[in-house]
Amino acid sequence: MHIMYFTERPYRDVPEDEVIINRSFFGVPNRFYDAQVGARLYNEYLDEDVYAEEVGFDGIMLNEHHGNPFCMGAVMNVEAAILARITKKVRIVLLGNPLPVVKNPVRLAEELAEIDLISKGRLVPGWVRGAGSEQIFNQANPAYNREYFNEAHDLVMACWTKPGPFRWEGKHFNFRYVNPWVMPYQKPRPPIWIPGVISAETVVWCAKHRYPYIGLGTALQSTVELWNLYGQTAADEGYMAGTENFGYLQQIHVAETEAEAQEQGKCAMFGGGAANFSRPEHTLPPGYNSREATRRLAKQATDYGFLGITSDKLKESQSGDVPHIGIPKPGGDTRDRLRKGQISIAEAKEKIYRNYQKAQDGLQIIIGTPKTVIPKLKLIMEVLRPGVFGLFQAQGPLTTQQRLTSIRLMGQEVLPAMREIAKGLGIVDPFEREPGSRPYTAGTQYDSLVDLEALKRAPKRDESVRV
Amino acid sequence: MAEWAEEITHVAGTDLAMIKGGTGKPLLVLHEELGHPGWMSWHEALAKERTLLIPIQPGYGKSPRVEQIRNVHELGMFYSWVMREMNVGQIDVVGFSLGGWVAAEMATANSKQFRKMVLVAPSGIKAPEGEILDIFAVTIGTQLNATVLDIAATPEFRKMYGGERTPEQFEAFEDARTESARIAWDPILHNPSLPYFLAGVRGLPTQIIWGREDATVPVSVGEAYKSALKNTDAKLTIFDHCGHRPEIEKSAEFIKLVREFLV
Repeated sequence: MHIMYFTERPYRDVPEDEVIINRSFFGVPNRFYDAQVGARLYNEYLDEDVYAEEVGFDGIMLNEHHGNPFCMGAVMNVEAAILARITKKVRIVLLGNPLPVVKNPVRLAEELAEIDLISKGRLVPGWVRGAGSEQIFNQANPAYNREYFNEAHDLVMACWTKPGPFRWEGKHFNFRYVNPWVMPYQKPRPPIWIPGVISAETVVWCAKHRYPYIGLGTALQSTVELWNLYGQTAADEGYMAGTENFGYLQQIHVAETEAEAQEQGKCAMFGGGAANFSRPEHTLPPGYNSREATRRLAKQATDYGFLGITSDKLKESQSGDVPHIGIPKPGGDTRDRLRKGQISIAEAKEKIYRNYQKAQDGLQIIIGTPKTVIPKLKLIMEVLRPGVFGLFQAQGPLTTQQRLTSIRLMGQEVLPAMREIAKGLGIVDPFEREPGSRPYTAGTQYDSLVDLEALKRAPKRDESVRV
Repeated sequence: MAEWAEEITHVAGTDLAMIKGGTGKPLLVLHEELGHPGWMSWHEALAKERTLLIPIQPGYGKSPRVEQIRNVHELGMFYSWVMREMNVGQIDVVGFSLGGWVAAEMATANSKQFRKMVLVAPSGIKAPEGEILDIFAVTIGTQLNATVLDIAATPEFRKMYGGERTPEQFEAFEDARTESARIAWDPILHNPSLPYFLAGVRGLPTQIIWGREDATVPVSVGEAYKSALKNTDAKLTIFDHCGHRPEIEKSAEFIKLVREFLV
């Protein structure tokens, strides 16, 4: 099993009240940004990654968001380039570069190839569509999101695998002379993984390309459905999907004692957590989702809501506030009542933190000592059988020391336990077995990808709890 | 009530939904970015003496998207082709908001295709003062609310958007917003070349209509249109205490002005 360390690299000094007033992390005015703090945090996060390697993680996962104190990784490739030099053996896993907001995919191919070369073949690039707010921030037309994604992907692949020079004349990108003189260290190209939240289109696309799919904290039930869809698509494509085709990311915080863990772990709720990533109008700009995906989202109330992509937000983005003519409001949630002045900031906060225990009960976050977190991780591993597992350091204002202690405890106790569990479950990762390398014979039974019996033991999530 | 009906015509290489209603010489009506709002009192008034032709913009649900239309200028080229193919000859046009921008683009390509042109608070020119509302970064509700100055005093707004909306209506809005984003996302709801080409419009009497308190497209854009249309007879009329929808906020004055202009 490949176990990655992940942090969003939050700007932890953002005033929580400002997030609450703004009703999201995205869009908090940047007058609250202090360069001294930024300089300290970037360096601390790089040091954290080095430490994670020391304690035994196999990979460091990075991500990218723009204009948002939730994540300082605005130019993730810069951090990846530094890690390529200052780490020794961990994989550098980028989940992922937001292709639709990249204006020059050829340059992206060059950047990533440089990182792969400096790291001597430790890069695992990944691609994302980018959150809705990334389209707003980067002036990327959301109505072309999927088209930009597909064409930029194909162009990067061409840069890495097609002998140059050649001309690229696509629908959205035109390059008269593609002949990069920096090519990836790994041949024919670096392995590629794709993170996802809810989109069945993305799952099918991954299966067709034989790219492992990494579920970002998605509810177990819907993740099971998506992985079965992957398995079926793989069979249709003529190969057998297995544990090497899947990964899962889990938000977690570990401390020496349960009392400490519970007190510190409240940080995951800070500012409303990932559910307050961006406001409805920035979460779902026009055309960002296909009509089918929008319909599915309208029906689906059970998903995790990572980055705030929830049916509630969809409804709110559709209706907005038209008070005079009696259009009913969806639920009248905290954000809405705050906006209308029906509740105060203190009350909004109280409501957010009231869900702390429920968020743990539903495994949205796992908080505890090694002894108490391991059984919860074991259950997820049993249900989903992921070859890749990302441990996502809890968000919010933890101290540097608390974060380092959490990493140390994971390394000393959690990781060895997870490896033992993975061994018992026969889980192999994408480096042990090439994804898509096992042929599938039509008409035969393909490998069971999930454990439905274990799923029965998994707790049900409270749909109203978003973290 | 005037008779009106919606039909699908195969024209300009696609299936185009079009609402036709009324009696008399044809009048092309180009709807705004949220689509055709339904048959309103101003439609009814104008339909007494004109046959309204209201094409439903490609991509707005009933008319399929035309991939080759990649900006508002090309949408104008499309409608010009439609008009040629329908053999309507020289025609009068009324365009609302983004539909007004489309009419202006058509006029720059060939001012002779129109006899008279009415532009109702069109986007399309970068605001010299203020900013065009970024309708793509707000909720539908915010977008709607910003279109009128005083919702309570605008009964037809309730008729258009009141009551509980069905999933089909949400989808229609999403389709409309997606398609208008597709063609007008960048630059933000304007064409930097448009003012230059508007100077080439000649012999096309133009009535520009604006609400002074327009919160969607600032009134400064109206002034810019009038300045740009310097080689033709263009008049700007600004209604006080009025937002982005003079046709329902100042309905009687609007109808009177348009009828007299189109004589």
